[in-house]
Amino acid sequence: MQTYFYRLVDAVTARLAGDEVLLCDYAGEVSDFIRFNHAEVRQAGSVTQHFLTLRLVRGRRQASLALGLSGASQTDLPRLHAALEALRELLDHVPEDPYLLYATEVHCSESRELGSLPASAEVLEAIDQEARGLDLVGLYAAGPIYRGFANSLGQRNWHERHDFHLDWSCHLRTDKAVKADYAGTCWSPAELGRRLAEVREQLRTLGLSPRRIPPGRYRAYLAPAALTEILHILGWGGFSLRAQHTQSSPLQRLVEGSARLHPAVTLAECTGEGTAPPFQGDGYARPPAVALVRRGEHAGSLVCPRSAMEFGVLGNGADAGEAPSALQMTAGDLPSTEVLQALDTGLYIGNLWYLSYSDRLAGRITGMTRFATFWVEAGRRVAPLEVMRFDDTVYEMLGTQLLALTRERELVPDRSTYGGRSTASLRLPGALLQGLRLTL
Amino acid sequence: MLERVRRRFCRLAPAVDRCVLRCVEEREQTLRVVRGIAQPVHTREDTGVMITVWDGGGTGYAATPDLSEAGLRDAIARAQEWAWLTRRHQVPALAPPPPIEGSAEHRTPVKRRWTSLTLAERLDLLARESTRLALHRHIVDWSVSLSHVVRESLLIGGEGGSIWQHHELMLPEMGVTASAGGESQTRTFGGYARARQGGLEVLEAVDFHHAAPRLAEEALSLLHAPQCSTETTALLLAPDQMVLQIHESIGHPLELDRILGDERNFAGTSFVTPEMFGHYRYGSPPLNITFDPLVPGELASYAYDDDGASAWREHIIRDGILLRPLGAGLSQARCGLPGVANARACDWTRPPIDRMANLNLEPGSASLGELVRQIERGLYMETNRSWSIDDSRNKFQFGCELGRLIVDGELAGLVKNPCYRGVSATFWRSLVGVGKDQQVLGVPNCGKGEPNQLLAVGHASPPCLFRDVQVFGGD
Repeated sequence: MQTYFYRLVDAVTARLAGDEVLLCDYAGEVSDFIRFNHAEVRQAGSVTQHFLTLRLVRGRRQASLALGLSGASQTDLPRLHAALEALRELLDHVPEDPYLLYATEVHCSESRELGSLPASAEVLEAIDQEARGLDLVGLYAAGPIYRGFANSLGQRNWHERHDFHLDWSCHLRTDKAVKADYAGTCWSPAELGRRLAEVREQLRTLGLSPRRIPPGRYRAYLAPAALTEILHILGWGGFSLRAQHTQSSPLQRLVEGSARLHPAVTLAECTGEGTAPPFQGDGYARPPAVALVRRGEHAGSLVCPRSAMEFGVLGNGADAGEAPSALQMTAGDLPSTEVLQALDTGLYIGNLWYLSYSDRLAGRITGMTRFATFWVEAGRRVAPLEVMRFDDTVYEMLGTQLLALTRERELVPDRSTYGGRSTASLRLPGALLQGLRLTL
Repeated sequence: MLERVRRRFCRLAPAVDRCVLRCVEEREQTLRVVRGIAQPVHTREDTGVMITVWDGGGTGYAATPDLSEAGLRDAIARAQEWAWLTRRHQVPALAPPPPIEGSAEHRTPVKRRWTSLTLAERLDLLARESTRLALHRHIVDWSVSLSHVVRESLLIGGEGGSIWQHHELMLPEMGVTASAGGESQTRTFGGYARARQGGLEVLEAVDFHHAAPRLAEEALSLLHAPQCSTETTALLLAPDQMVLQIHESIGHPLELDRILGDERNFAGTSFVTPEMFGHYRYGSPPLNITFDPLVPGELASYAYDDDGASAWREHIIRDGILLRPLGAGLSQARCGLPGVANARACDWTRPPIDRMANLNLEPGSASLGELVRQIERGLYMETNRSWSIDDSRNKFQFGCELGRLIVDGELAGLVKNPCYRGVSATFWRSLVGVGKDQQVLGVPNCGKGEPNQLLAVGHASPPCLFRDVQVFGGD
């Protein structure tokens, strides 16, 4: 696909005139999807898709057109030439853009991770063998993901990753379930078997009579998958310079210095260690790391080129949404093997779900416990917990109420497939809290 | 284009139990003015097909943007391969939908075409509203946007029958944030809740041109309003909050594929079980819910679903009693329950699943004033801004942009950061009043499915009054 993309770009840029500049942003994938219910196939198929966004710049005017490509040049080239003409016509009718900014210094790059992916039949057989007797629900998604950038100034960037992600939950009854996943670039049926064996072990505890607890503040451990949900929602505007400048960031009080997080909390956007492409749609390289929170205090923001122009600061390779795609939280010193003893009595929360801001400016978040959440007494899981709603501020959960972060961290790939398979990921520890406020 | 695809597919359709092609062609243009500056005009064009094969007890699909004869042939072969692979592993009773017979067409009625205004005129229109939002120095953020979507779909059975549908959507939105003294308050036009099918006439229908000054004034006033108090009280919900209440705590729990467990790993399960249909009291007697994809102009109107089933209006809840789930033909066959025509896919890259279409709360007889006069002390809440519900769609919490006290049967002062919480299984039984003035609204970005799908659904509702609801405010 890389050669195809570059050839298309060469052909279109050859038709540019005068001071026109063309930016080309490509996203494609060839994916196999197998959807399971009751450990059997509910839906299975393949999806091939290629999107090329052409952005034409003339002086300080710009317009863009995203085209779904067929992958066949005899079809695509005439459409791209027509798209160029359509963009030219649009530019005659749009005003100048004072915040237009794109990379003019040529910086080429290539990154590839080519794995060993299984044939679909092998995946079906493995699930058939290893999940026998389990009520497994979930999705297997696999295949190459392509991202590319090119411009008429000669810049070329390519990012290609061939990976798989099996994301599943095994259900005991109603909403009592254990969630797990297996992602990577080299498939191993033995590793799948090991992970499913762990799930079978956890399901034994879920079989105990569930515990109901009244609303209140409870000592709690948030496993990395649960903490992921909190960091994920903070990514909606929390680290965005634009949101901070327009007084709408959920971390506004942190940014302005009127509140702080626990000194153990250090957050950074670490593209160099994630799975996302090291470049963005305006052609800028993403730095390997951007500090966001250092020892509980605001340390930086994600700044896209447009915000850089509007607010008069330097950009740092963020996409237009200014959301992280490779967020990392520094580890603490609590060994994961000692989490239950450290928790002593309280909630072990495996997953959170459906988070939303109940008071955005105050950093207050509500959401539900989901899947494997247990009541723990004297360091032992004694019962699964009925789902509970929490409603608490980030300044409490990752501030005054935070006791410890685990020494080990997990890489949590983003399982989102809206419009295409995500390349984002998080790396983070688990968190032990003195108290989490449950409300319903 | 679609006719060429039809002819090619009819030539290539394989000798299998069933083979269906769904071709979708979509064009979208989005215009935005942010803090007074026109953003780059963005246009999107996408076309592709999904071919689904049922054969020998297996089912498979292949989606491709290559509409050439070679592209279609390759997709058919891949779909056949998947059908072969899944024949021993498939969930039982995944029978193909009935054959598509004859040819049918459906088109969104459009009174005023998108192209009746030039691009410059459309941008001017947004710029005017943008100026009307920025009416005070405490307004720190404001934006106006308008998206226009044209979606053509063609469903072809291997037997030669076809269904062509042409939908046109208009998505207007605006938002304004006021900030002072460490406090920020935002008002929006509903977060795209006022999106509808149709042309530029939608802007008049949703009163787009009168909203900006009111929203800006309200954002400014909310800065000085007291926090919503914590209490259990009467709650009057405006239609643009009822949208989310219906969507999350009636629509999703009644989706039959959730009840059958398909969504348990992602969107969740349901507190509703198959045994409840026909007798379960979902709400109090004033609660009447219809599934109606035939409402002209509502966001998810269509004549046929994406499996080719003809659409019809159906009561889902009548006088508070739960009658039937939101399940398409396939789900109905899996469990023997009646359903509706709601197999829907977001585009050509994703297969159809059970979705809401237009799910509406039927109007009662009271005016808004009459509902208010029933309340000695309570709250009125408008425009959703926060939503969260458990994976069984039971315990929920919603927040609204604007609250207003109701005292002695009259609307009184504003309160900020109003929220409420409850449990679906009991909340609808506290419905005591249904207004007569139904607003046609919707949710253009409902997420569901593995792989994930975002899709537009419509909800029409009047204002509704509930008793004894837990309400509270911000920090």
